[in-house]
Amino acid sequence: MNRRFYFRFGLLLLALFHGVVLCAGFFAPYDFSAQNREAPFARPTQVHFLDARGHFHLRPFVYRCLDGSASCETERSQACPIRFLASTVPDRLGGNSSWHFFRVDSPGQMFLMGTDSLGRDQFSRFLYGGRITLLAGWLAASLSLVLGAFIGSIAGFYGKAWDQVLMRGSELFLALPWLYLLFAVRAFLPLQITPAKAFLLVVAVIGFVGWARPARLVRGVVLSAKERNYVLAARGFGASEFYLLRRHILPQVFGLLLTQAALLVPQFVLAEVTLSFLGLGVGEPAPSWGNLLASLQQYHVLASYWWMYLPALALIPLFMGYQLLADALQERTKVVVV
Amino acid sequence: MRFLSKRLMHGSLLLVAVSVFSFLLLELAPGDFFEEMRLNPQISTQNLLVLRHRYGMDRSRLVRYARWVQSLVKGDLGFSFSYNSPVAPLLAIRARNTLLLTTTAMLAAWVLALPLGVWVAAKPGAWLDRLASGATSVLLSVPELLLALVLLLVAVRTGLFPTGGMVSPQFGELRFLYQARDLAWHLFLPVTILLLGLLPALMRHVRAAMSEVLGSPFIRSLHGHGLSEQRILFRHALPAAANPLISLFGLSVATLLSASLLVEIIMSWPGLGPLLLEAILARDLYLVIGAIMISTVFLVIGNFLADALLYICDPRIRVE
Repeated sequence: MNRRFYFRFGLLLLALFHGVVLCAGFFAPYDFSAQNREAPFARPTQVHFLDARGHFHLRPFVYRCLDGSASCETERSQACPIRFLASTVPDRLGGNSSWHFFRVDSPGQMFLMGTDSLGRDQFSRFLYGGRITLLAGWLAASLSLVLGAFIGSIAGFYGKAWDQVLMRGSELFLALPWLYLLFAVRAFLPLQITPAKAFLLVVAVIGFVGWARPARLVRGVVLSAKERNYVLAARGFGASEFYLLRRHILPQVFGLLLTQAALLVPQFVLAEVTLSFLGLGVGEPAPSWGNLLASLQQYHVLASYWWMYLPALALIPLFMGYQLLADALQERTKVVVV
Repeated sequence: MRFLSKRLMHGSLLLVAVSVFSFLLLELAPGDFFEEMRLNPQISTQNLLVLRHRYGMDRSRLVRYARWVQSLVKGDLGFSFSYNSPVAPLLAIRARNTLLLTTTAMLAAWVLALPLGVWVAAKPGAWLDRLASGATSVLLSVPELLLALVLLLVAVRTGLFPTGGMVSPQFGELRFLYQARDLAWHLFLPVTILLLGLLPALMRHVRAAMSEVLGSPFIRSLHGHGLSEQRILFRHALPAAANPLISLFGLSVATLLSASLLVEIIMSWPGLGPLLLEAILARDLYLVIGAIMISTVFLVIGNFLADALLYICDPRIRVE
């Protein structure tokens, strides 16, 4: 039961995470750039079921201070019910989808993870940021898998000088400390660019740095596959080299690539988080998981506003899901990666 | 000895390759330190041209590489534009701090991982084993970045540990023992983060290597001879399992250097990490190359140590 349970649990966790992030427009109550200048660093809004007189309400509600300030006693505030699956006209805080999973009647506001220094809803930013970060991770992983499969199959199939040059190159990439390598490549690229360009740049840098391991593994598989009898037979029948690679050899690589993807995607998501956290990746105003955490580098944020940590904690289940998945896939394909 | 000299050759080749690779990247890079200056209206174009000429930035890349190698031989490692000084003295003190942090973390990780891994492997399926495997899977999935942030929160909230830096402001006036205590106090959090990042992977590998050895017949015969459990585990089984673990030590150097880079930045430990980040943000490219070269030197030394250990421990390599 155990192993299969963990695998399914990991898969479920990932599906949930990716689903919610993908439908950020639906699940996020506000727009990622909507500012709320009266409420900078607002605490996470408390959701109530019991009102001041102790009556239970099935529909949860939040309190909104009548004088507009961020916090006050319940006597001087007004209860605003939360509506689920509500279609709303965009109010002052915007929101680009009129359908929302939950919404608070105005003037109430609901910040599940609190707000940042500009009063932007952290929860919405977390979801929209996930779109950027996860997309970066997936794109970078596909880039380095494609690159790795291409280089690996050339090295494995053509051998000799190609093999020597490509594999020595991959050793260089594998030997160096990963983060130093990432920094080195990033260091030589321009700093002041728009978020869209920065996103593409980050994807390219991460994908370019990560090709070596998949390439070596693919090379190994191609090397053993090309000596198989059916490949030799096909060659005897006059099949072209391209046909041999496409039809007989590359299908063998598929399982390996899948396992590698389960390892690379979280690693690259983390790479994006790290780069953006340090200000080398996707910048404001676009949200990404890295630059959500970036404010934690300031001491006063660290010391006074604990809810700025919530995005960091929310990431842990995601990495756990990937870990479970990668473990299960490795177990199945018996590829050991240090 | 042929084995070791071959490994040393390999290491120095890696160093050369890294330097060439860095300069190749430089070739592809648009803009440099002076490019950023161009945005400043107070600096005229003439001045920029003069500056570029003085620092040799208008020469071809090949000439610049040759001159860099020349300064490497002189022990300067190039020139930092933003600090207006040769790179080597800037790096030396930072490298020492990084070395202090990483060696402490490495030692602590292995000192903990070996006995823990051995005991866990000795009784597979026992509560200790299950607890350890659960804890390692959780720790493996929490990245160092998040770990560092969470521990930093703990430090800030409780006030038990300093939230950054390497020594207290009054460090210079303290007596030696108090200085050591102050340093250890500052070391504690960064080392803990690195340790928690490194330990689970090491323990997993120690456990795997040990359980393979423990299944072999000679262990059963030792039991038959009536040797004590501890003696079998540490005197007989562990040396037999040492080979893959020593290779793992070599591999873990690179992982540790990466992790330490990030932890240093977050915990503001005055090592290579903050320096490298500053240098990147200022486009001080020779400083960047210098920091990368130093980390490669650490890596090569670490790998060489692993090879030397392997040479001492494994007679098969010596005979070959």
